[in-house]
Amino acid sequence: MSILGQPYLPHTSEEIEHICKTIGVKSVEELLQVFPEELRLTGALDLPGGLSEQEVLGLLTELASKNTSQNDISSFLGAGAYNHYIPAAVGNITSRSEFITSYTPYQPEISQGTLQGIFEYQSLICQLTAMDVANASLYDGASAMAEAALMARRVTRRGKVLVSSAVHPEYRETTATYLKGTDESPVEVGYCANSGVTLFEEVEKNFDDDTACLVVQYPNFFGGIEDIQALAELVHSKKGLLVVVVSEGLSMGALRPAGELGADIVVGEAQSFGSPLSYGGPYLGFMGVRQKHLRQMPGRVAGQTLDTNGRRSYCLTMATREQHIRRERATSNICTNQGVVALTCAIYLTLLGKGGLMRLARLNMAKAAFLKEQLAKVAGIKIAFTAPNFNEFVIKLETDPKVFLKALLEKDIAGGLDLGRFYPELKKHILVVATEMNSRAEMEAYAAAAAELLKT
Amino acid sequence: MDKNSKIENPAEPLIFERSSAGRVGVEPPCLDVPDIDDASFPQGLLRSDIEGFPEIGEPETVRHFTRLSQLNFGVDTGFYPLGSCTMKYNPKINETTAALAGFAGLHPYQDESLSQGALELISELEEYLVEITGMDAVTLQPAAGAQGELCGMLMIAEYFKEKGETRKKVLIPDTAHGTNPATCHLAGFDVVRVQTGQGGVITPACVEGLMDEDVAALMLTNPNTLGLFEENIKEIADIIHAKGGIVYCDGANLNAVMGLMKLGDMGIDVVQLNLHKTFSTPHGGGGPGSGPLAVKGILEPYLPVPRVVKKGDKYSLDYNKGKSIGRLKAFYGHFSIMVRAYTYIRRMGPVGLRSVSELAILNANYIKERLREDFHLPYDRTCMHECVLSDKFQNEYDVTTLDMAKRLIDYGYHPPTIYFPLIVHGAMMIEPTETEDLLTIDSFIDAMRSIAREARETPALVKGAPYSTKTSRVDETRAARTPILRWIEQ
Repeated sequence: MSILGQPYLPHTSEEIEHICKTIGVKSVEELLQVFPEELRLTGALDLPGGLSEQEVLGLLTELASKNTSQNDISSFLGAGAYNHYIPAAVGNITSRSEFITSYTPYQPEISQGTLQGIFEYQSLICQLTAMDVANASLYDGASAMAEAALMARRVTRRGKVLVSSAVHPEYRETTATYLKGTDESPVEVGYCANSGVTLFEEVEKNFDDDTACLVVQYPNFFGGIEDIQALAELVHSKKGLLVVVVSEGLSMGALRPAGELGADIVVGEAQSFGSPLSYGGPYLGFMGVRQKHLRQMPGRVAGQTLDTNGRRSYCLTMATREQHIRRERATSNICTNQGVVALTCAIYLTLLGKGGLMRLARLNMAKAAFLKEQLAKVAGIKIAFTAPNFNEFVIKLETDPKVFLKALLEKDIAGGLDLGRFYPELKKHILVVATEMNSRAEMEAYAAAAAELLKT
Repeated sequence: MDKNSKIENPAEPLIFERSSAGRVGVEPPCLDVPDIDDASFPQGLLRSDIEGFPEIGEPETVRHFTRLSQLNFGVDTGFYPLGSCTMKYNPKINETTAALAGFAGLHPYQDESLSQGALELISELEEYLVEITGMDAVTLQPAAGAQGELCGMLMIAEYFKEKGETRKKVLIPDTAHGTNPATCHLAGFDVVRVQTGQGGVITPACVEGLMDEDVAALMLTNPNTLGLFEENIKEIADIIHAKGGIVYCDGANLNAVMGLMKLGDMGIDVVQLNLHKTFSTPHGGGGPGSGPLAVKGILEPYLPVPRVVKKGDKYSLDYNKGKSIGRLKAFYGHFSIMVRAYTYIRRMGPVGLRSVSELAILNANYIKERLREDFHLPYDRTCMHECVLSDKFQNEYDVTTLDMAKRLIDYGYHPPTIYFPLIVHGAMMIEPTETEDLLTIDSFIDAMRSIAREARETPALVKGAPYSTKTSRVDETRAARTPILRWIEQ
């Protein structure tokens, strides 16, 4: 019997015999006769043989050692994935298996932990974004933006989606993919070559009677802080919606919230709140909307109610928007979302609290301002745009950034993201971030190395 | 005992109610650079407050969330036979490997020379899934099963667009998960319902009657959500292919066929998998999952970018779009979930994976056999990894599936999936998985039979359940009627 001795399979041969006898078959093979014979595999799968736990750990440790963690070098890479400190208590709580090994809380009486955690997460997102309602999470910032664009189309019953080209390029690509099921493709509006923020005039020109929404990022992909209020006024004058995307969640601890500035839907990426970089995922898409648009919001949502003893309790609610009830008429096909990542976010935000979060956000701004000043002093580097920043900004070289970045890497410095890969017009530009993980000494070392490399 | 000596156990307060203005949580490090000058920013750009935000401190935060965890039931708490969700044991080694600094600390945009191990892992995991499914290529980008479905349907749309065909319909059996029709709508298709036949599977005749040149695809789940193997799959696939259509399989139930059959051999052209079901990665209270998509060669050009490629012994990411549908999310997918699934597959090996499916099928049939006297079996046939019962016998006593589900909680079990599939009135879908031993399964069966007896003898007892939880039966209607979706200061 092949089952015996396999990992995580607890049955003994006597038990298997007992099961077979109860079912009324002689063996497992007999039970498998239910499969058409021509489909049954005769040989084993061509996969490497099973390993003991000790061996598998050795193998994975070896694979991991072929990589270099951001914490083993000086890294100034951001662009939608941020290296922030994760307090010890975060991992400690989220690793509790009562949280990890449960599923979607379909049975509220034994899922109050998950449900109250989601309810608190929703409340925290509302407070951060200054929006009325938030959902229980979406996959990531990019797919959250795509869902927001689709939602804006439903709310306005208009088709066109206008997107600033200063939005994260991969977010824009994702939205274009999600729109493939409609007859529309996103229409892009440009950014100002001087300030690095969305061109107001282009929005004005392109926002017509069939435009559902404008999508802008805040701070934008170049780290520039957009004038959300002015854009909201413009878009509202044309009876459309303003969708604001936040790819660095931490910025909400320092900048006026988009909800206060007139945004109609605020979505974004909350990886910064307690999730490791993990080579790009899993991260956390969040969404905050206005009360009046609630019925068009995609995704799960937890609500407060009472149990039969009159005690406050929580359950998933407003399911009539969702796929398992509404099927092809649902607001989205999303089912499993980012459960434990949303919980991680709630724990992180609670641990830091109001003061901790606001100070950390301000500290990030100060670090970036310092690095910007240091790099600006280097001959051969210019600050590309004039708009104010949160923790990211763009530098411009006179030479090819690829050579520069490669040389920096030899000194164990990841100097930022070469923007040429996304923007043909920014072939000499690098997107740089500074967070609390970058010490003053590290930033000075970056500037010094840059000066050395760019010396003519 | 004096009535007053019993202290009412209060509901866990919300974090916002535990807050005191000015209390400090985890502090960021000291500033080693000059602080920003507020005056240098435009008026009204900076935030002065986050209204209502918690101020608690570390000790009480830890206590609060620890207490919340204690209100939860997980696979590690007890048996969790939630049908179609494959709540198998989540090996602890998976968590250890996913947390290795050489995986958890990688930035998605770091130089490829610094990520060779990660790319190798992605590439090998793709190969393993190709082998397990019998398909030609795999993308690991989709974040969850539903996104994998969307990926597949958009690729099918692109495939027909390229051929200059405008096919608008997708055939979907009435037993399908809600995500299937929702996905098709999102991808721009109209849904045509395929009625399940008498035997609990769809029939070639029915498919033949619905198939025409306007049908892009058949989207089915195999084994289906009744826990039955679609035994006519090959013939049905031939009908679809004969008129130029694509066969899409929802791979939610792959746990029944690993190493026993390959989906590719059944005529299936595209299938999404759920690493959080079949490949033992934890469900996390509703995510994160991972929904890789495996396809036959005809659909490979449409896979999302970037793709991992190997040249010599170097791995790299190929962003060349070609005919690709583009991307479904930022970066490359849920990498840490991939690490867990990779760990699992390497641990199990081919013999282990085959045994998984064998034992999953054995366990489900055993439960079905031992409950047949007490519960109605709408489709009484050999089942796969899950079996479906109904509350028909108990309805006589005015006891429903919901009542029995809640009563099971008192017996220490997570209830099965209930009221699904929709075509079975009062359905209870039980998926034991392979990681449960005989004692657990027997105890669960005893509990089910005991509840059946209670339904006959003391129905009111069942209808009032659960009694053992801190929270009694929750008023879901009230929650929907007057939505309270966030905390607001009173």
